[in-house]
Amino acid sequence: MKVAVCVKQIPDPADPGALDPETRTLKRDVKLILDESDSYGVEMALQLVDAAGGGEVVLVSMAPNNERSGLSTALAMGAASATLVSDPALVGTDALTTAKILGKIISDQEPDLVIAGSESSDGYTGTVPEQIAGVLGWPSVTAAKAVAIDGSAMKVERQTDAGYDEVECSLPAVISVTAGVVEPRYPSFKGIMAAKSKPVVQMTVADLGMTAAEVGWAGSGQEVVDVTVAPVREAGEKIEDDGEAHLKIIEFLESVKAI
Amino acid sequence: MGNAQVSTPFFTEDHNAFRAVLRDFVQKEITPHAHEWDEAGEFPRELYKKAGALELFGDGFSAEYGGHGQRDALMRMVIMEELSRSGSGGVVAGMLSNYIGLPMVEKYGTDAIKAQVLPPCMAGEHIAALAITEPGGGSDVARLTTKAVRDGDHYVVNGSKTFITSGMRADWFTTAVRTGGDGPSGISMLVIPGDVDGLSRTKLDKMGWLASDTATLYFDDARVPVGNLLGEENAGFNYIVNNFNPERIDLATQSVTFARVCYEEALAWARERHTFGKRLADHQVIRHKLVEMDRRINACTAWLELLSWRLNQGDDPVVEISEAKVDATLTFEFCAREAAQILGGASYLRGSVVERLYREVRVQAIGGGSEEIMRDLASRQLGF
Ligand SMILES: Cc1cc2nc3c(=O)[nH]c(=O)nc-3n(C[C@H](O)[C@H](O)[C@H](O)COP(=O)(O)OP(=O)(O)OC[C@H]3O[C@@H](n4cnc5c(N)ncnc54)[C@H](O)[C@@H]3O)c2cc1C
Ligand SMILES: Cc1cc2nc3c(=O)[nH]c(=O)nc-3n(C[C@H](O)[C@H](O)[C@H](O)COP(=O)(O)OP(=O)(O)OC[C@H]3O[C@@H](n4cnc5c(N)ncnc54)[C@H](O)[C@@H]3O)c2cc1C
Repeated sequence: MKVAVCVKQIPDPADPGALDPETRTLKRDVKLILDESDSYGVEMALQLVDAAGGGEVVLVSMAPNNERSGLSTALAMGAASATLVSDPALVGTDALTTAKILGKIISDQEPDLVIAGSESSDGYTGTVPEQIAGVLGWPSVTAAKAVAIDGSAMKVERQTDAGYDEVECSLPAVISVTAGVVEPRYPSFKGIMAAKSKPVVQMTVADLGMTAAEVGWAGSGQEVVDVTVAPVREAGEKIEDDGEAHLKIIEFLESVKAI
Repeated sequence: MGNAQVSTPFFTEDHNAFRAVLRDFVQKEITPHAHEWDEAGEFPRELYKKAGALELFGDGFSAEYGGHGQRDALMRMVIMEELSRSGSGGVVAGMLSNYIGLPMVEKYGTDAIKAQVLPPCMAGEHIAALAITEPGGGSDVARLTTKAVRDGDHYVVNGSKTFITSGMRADWFTTAVRTGGDGPSGISMLVIPGDVDGLSRTKLDKMGWLASDTATLYFDDARVPVGNLLGEENAGFNYIVNNFNPERIDLATQSVTFARVCYEEALAWARERHTFGKRLADHQVIRHKLVEMDRRINACTAWLELLSWRLNQGDDPVVEISEAKVDATLTFEFCAREAAQILGGASYLRGSVVERLYREVRVQAIGGGSEEIMRDLASRQLGF
């Protein structure tokens, strides 16, 4: 079985970058790392391939500056190879164009299944996986928490507010997974050593048979018109306990409909 | 660490990649539980398995038995530094008893004993320990008295070992025994299985390293197969002496990292805490304390990096490793003291990292060769 995992490489959230005042998007000239949201997809893919008794996990990523450290992490976890699209023309690419680009690589790879994160930790639109499915014309299942493959069919438990749905669909398909559904393994020493010799194929926009006009700012149907700083958290209200404080707390909880 | 990563010529991409994994591992799996495990007097065995999965125990061990297939003193330094960033000497000591118990098995064991002991230890399913120190003394190894007498296919072991790290839980004890006459030429190394009949263990109550299960072992007619002998009979003293070098540089790296943790705790506090209308960090006395800590830590770290690099080149800098162990534990002692002063009363509260490390200074300075013994060794080697 072949599983393709979409992995986004993002600025380290522990050391977040600044917004570019002109484009109102995140500055990405720092070292990027594997988005933790995508480590769950990598882990799930490795487990599915194991359960299938063989096959491989391949990675697809689009990132600036030929960045591959996030890919190295996922390769060290056990993925077999990666395809990376990087091209100065991609600056400003919106979610739909990202999906088109990733979709092109994926269709060349001919996987049985595609796994993506439900939403990235930085861009956070939560739209790319479904758009990839749309571009490819494949079934899409979101919020997958458990997956079982049986030949060319797949059974998925889909997380919902109330519990979970059991859904079935044919393969190939695209699923998205949320954080916490599996416990991502730590890359091992030998995994890190082996990752160095695993193939990472680099592609440009031209290699994909696309033109600069179709991608980047030029190709985006979407523009960030304004950004607002999140309001700083205000100081809470202090209640001195004169023996009756619990009543005030109950009153407050009722007022916000918490109880 | 921190800026050391970009300012040193020694660490490669491989070192940095494994460092990043270990940092993540320690932050998620150890640091948040350090206090709770101290209070419990041990950490879960499960932690060995998690560490085994990422191959934390493999430096210096053959790939066929699950090791890294290489000995890289700088990689070992990375492992020591990152584990020690947890600020829990007990967890570090317990996890790393493998690194003192197993090297002699790798070097001198028969293929059969290696195949039996190493793979489960590498995987974190079994625990190994080193048993040298006896109630009668630790520094003077040549006078140890635990006896092993040959009886057919077995050695019959009688005697006692004490202060044995991982002593309560270990599955294998690499044990120094007397098989010959008095003095260094009568000592052999035996791998004793933890479940052998005639072995009993009692846990020691300690000042620090609380999360580590340190024990006294009693051997009462314990029968150990002769195949468990490491190398030659009566040649054990030299094996022990050679095993000490890596242990000592490991202890030094741990100590200077603990010093760094103390410094970071003190710095964070000094930036937050106000007295007499300004931050602690704005009082000159406190600033100088912090610089003094940083200065000693940087010097010692640089020395240890250089020594690790020299070990990788095949050098055997015994004198400097002994000296660096003294320097590292004095640096740790100084930084634990100064951090405690800067934290004030807060450093005296159980559960504070500085409080724990303060209690762990002495064992770093005594275990694996005390400061006095290190100076003595260096002075003899220097041949004054
Ligand atoms: C040169 C360059 C500059 C860019 N600048 C910006 C920028 O300023 N701001 C910004 O937010 N993005 C930027 N991107 C990234 C790209 O445009 C985003 O990937 C895209 O907008 C997706 O949006 P999202 O993060 O909201 O995806 P979501 O829909 O939230 O992501 C869900 C999942 O889709 C997959 N996915 C999403 N993006 C990628 C990707 N790039 N590669 C592989 N898998 C992916 C992952 O599995 C992810 O978990 C840049 C990319 C390049 C190459
Ligand atoms: C928590 C803990 C864990 C340990 N784990 C292990 C373990 O896993 N395995 C193991 O085998 N051992 C272990 N040890 C033992 C440790 O290695 C010994 O404590 C150490 O070697 C010192 O031996 P000793 O305690 O018997 O002191 P002694 O040898 O009795 O020495 C007492 C004091 O006299 C000094 N001294 C001794 N000889 C001289 C001299 N010639 N000149 C000047 N001063 C001298 C010493 O420096 C020391 O200060 C551990 C100890 C502790 C506290």
